[in-house]
Amino acid sequence: MDNLVNLLYAAVLAGTPLLFGTLGEILTEKSGNLNLGVEGMMFMGAIAGLAGVYFAEMWLGELTGIICLLIALLAAFVCGAFGALIYGFLTITLRANQNVTGLTLTIFGIGFANFFGEIIASASPTKFMAISTGAKATFANNPLFPGLVELAADNRWIYWINKLFFSYNLLVYIAIVVALLLAWFLNKTRAGLNLRAVGEDPAAADAAGIAVNRYKYLATVIGGGICGIGGMYISMVTAYGVWVHNCVGGRGWIAVALVIFATWSPSRAIFGALVFGGLSILRMYIPLGIPIEIYDLLPYLATIFVLILTSVRQSKEHNIPKHCGFNYFREER
Amino acid sequence: MGEQNEIAIQMKEISKIFDKTVANDNISLDIRRGEILALLGENGSGKTTLVNMLSGIYYPDHGEIFVNGKKATIRSPRDAFDLGIGMVHQHFKLIDVFTAAENIILGLPGGITIDRKALYAQIRDIAAKYGFDLTPEKKIYNMSVSEKQTVEIVKVLYRGADILILDEPTAVLTPQETNKLFAVLRRMKEDNKAVVIITHKLNEVLEVSDRVHILRKGRYVGTVDTKQTSTQELTEKMVGRSVSLAIERPIVQNRKLIIDASHLTCVNGEGLTTLDGVDVQLYGGEILGVAGIAGSGQKELCEALAGLQPLKAGSILFHDEDAQGKPQVENIAGQPPIEMIKRGISMSFVPEDRLGMGLVASMNMTDNVMLRSYYRNKGPFVDRNTPRKLAENLIDRLDIVTPGVNAPVRLLSGGNVQKVLLGREISSQPQVLIAAYPVRGLDINSSYTIYSLLNEEKKKGVAVLYVGEDLDVLLEISDRIMVLCGGKVSGVVDAATATKEQIGLMMMHVGGMEDAVKEASAND
Repeated sequence: MDNLVNLLYAAVLAGTPLLFGTLGEILTEKSGNLNLGVEGMMFMGAIAGLAGVYFAEMWLGELTGIICLLIALLAAFVCGAFGALIYGFLTITLRANQNVTGLTLTIFGIGFANFFGEIIASASPTKFMAISTGAKATFANNPLFPGLVELAADNRWIYWINKLFFSYNLLVYIAIVVALLLAWFLNKTRAGLNLRAVGEDPAAADAAGIAVNRYKYLATVIGGGICGIGGMYISMVTAYGVWVHNCVGGRGWIAVALVIFATWSPSRAIFGALVFGGLSILRMYIPLGIPIEIYDLLPYLATIFVLILTSVRQSKEHNIPKHCGFNYFREER
Repeated sequence: MGEQNEIAIQMKEISKIFDKTVANDNISLDIRRGEILALLGENGSGKTTLVNMLSGIYYPDHGEIFVNGKKATIRSPRDAFDLGIGMVHQHFKLIDVFTAAENIILGLPGGITIDRKALYAQIRDIAAKYGFDLTPEKKIYNMSVSEKQTVEIVKVLYRGADILILDEPTAVLTPQETNKLFAVLRRMKEDNKAVVIITHKLNEVLEVSDRVHILRKGRYVGTVDTKQTSTQELTEKMVGRSVSLAIERPIVQNRKLIIDASHLTCVNGEGLTTLDGVDVQLYGGEILGVAGIAGSGQKELCEALAGLQPLKAGSILFHDEDAQGKPQVENIAGQPPIEMIKRGISMSFVPEDRLGMGLVASMNMTDNVMLRSYYRNKGPFVDRNTPRKLAENLIDRLDIVTPGVNAPVRLLSGGNVQKVLLGREISSQPQVLIAAYPVRGLDINSSYTIYSLLNEEKKKGVAVLYVGEDLDVLLEISDRIMVLCGGKVSGVVDAATATKEQIGLMMMHVGGMEDAVKEASAND
């Protein structure tokens, strides 16, 4: 039981950056933009979040936890959104090919983050780009209710529940709130209905009086910002507030696969992120003596499995927005 | 009608140019309340472009629009709604995975979330007022074409439109559904709304409209009162010269059975039966018309006969003579086209999707013609000369308008594309010719060229299968008409004696024929 709890606990921590990336990409794809630049935007968020707190501390001195968190969130969101804005301008206004633009954004984001990461690190006296111990504590996995920890000393069940639900860093809870908000937005609100219409059939949405480009821009840019927060999670939580070369390391691509796995549903993405997070750390908890590369294959195998399943079921609903990947021009004949 | 009807919209000197084509050239016309106006013109005459400038899809390059006497600028569909202009497009603008209600409120302002209960009630009120049949909770992908059209109309009414524009509303409806639609339109007219229908079907213009505006090649030709006009006058104005509207039906003596197919059954990828025990006989020297609501199995039937659709059950017997003139019968069910060619069976198929399945859009005419013959070449190289001569011959014989045999076929207009396709198929001297919707989207002239080509083949003793949507044409050109309904044969009638209403009933349900007979006897 302890092993299982530990595995799940680690799966949640590994799955959260994937969840942010997936949510951002779901929002983007619902507007009909297939942005393959998730990896790049996560990299941009990763460096921006870290650099934001690093420089804030350098100029303002010691900061309280909540201020650190806000600065990191804001910097990562803005930088990820900036990447998405470049993508949006190219594909929505200039109507460039979405796949090519997305791939370019990935390459740009990786270069952007590693370049600034190395430069800032080499300029610092320690040759490391790291935030202060106090700021690191903000992003650590602290128990939410310290009272519960005392009780847990006597009772195994309380210990497990406390560990599984109430002992993560704050970003984990933010991710789940964002997922639920996004699900509510897409399924219950007028604006969500309009956004889904834009992704399904922009010509129909346009004829219904929806400002197609405005929806596309907003969804793409906000989606990019959410991806950026996913990247910030990696540099702040996974890498403990130190810049590590190539720290995102392909998680953006797993998030793109996860969108398909979650069949474009934010609430299913929570479950999907848990599964993919679990698969990505499986080798440390269930050693089978097989090469690491086979463990790394598992998330992709799961995606292929889901793809086959959805294609066999031929469901109209749990599917990619029909116009996703294509640009829209009203006066096209 | 007349003086008391106030003017709802006035268009003055409107022009719209796409690249180098002038779609609308200096058009001025008016739309009035309390009347049904028909906008008549051939395909490509600029009707749709013109109304798209009222619905905010296009913006005019030149000219002014006045709505209710005030100058209006319509930059987007939203501006059009605000002015009370509602448009029902020919290709429905509905989101497949949404419900009817969701489609209806799409894009409207209101609270953050949606009060579905109140919405459903409002929609049912509108439906009751005009006599629609509509389930607000139903998803669009589960709906028939006529239900989708109803959603479109209710959507426009829900937005409070009092000027309604319908683009080719009857193109996909059965005669019964058309009558129902016309009843609704008349009720709107009594409600003092302005109704505009765009169409190229003359009998419908005469049946439902009060006035007719006629367009030809992007220009306004004139306006006539429906009461004081005739089919002949309307055609001449629309085409620009007098045209004989009769389609001939030559009678060929001693027809020979060529294809005898029985119990054709097909199942699609989703496990639905698309063709259900269909029996069909094709005789040389005869045109068999196929009628049915879109998606009743027409495509599957054509493809099954052409060897492009796997059969779950059934046989296709091909009757032929061998070299000595002795009759022989072969079962070609499930044989791919290449196998048929090897056996010397010559069958031609003009598919519905001309530039997808029929021709390769980005290849030129020579290459497209060559696709039908290249495999007969010996050696590793292909012979380009013969197909080029054939292509040049086709251009002369069928009056194909093209920059030349080396221009990609996608640059050709719909009518010319169809001539290339049909010309190629006919020049392979087939025994069987299958044509699916060969005149869809063509203007009157091209349509009549196609009809006479089909008749020529028939006279040569070819068995022709003609899948059509215009029942008037089907009744005139076919010898027999087979009606499909939900993948089953609803009946086969003699085209010389059948009526449109009979066929309409048969299209809607299998065995509609008996009902038609009953109805007829009840009326007597």
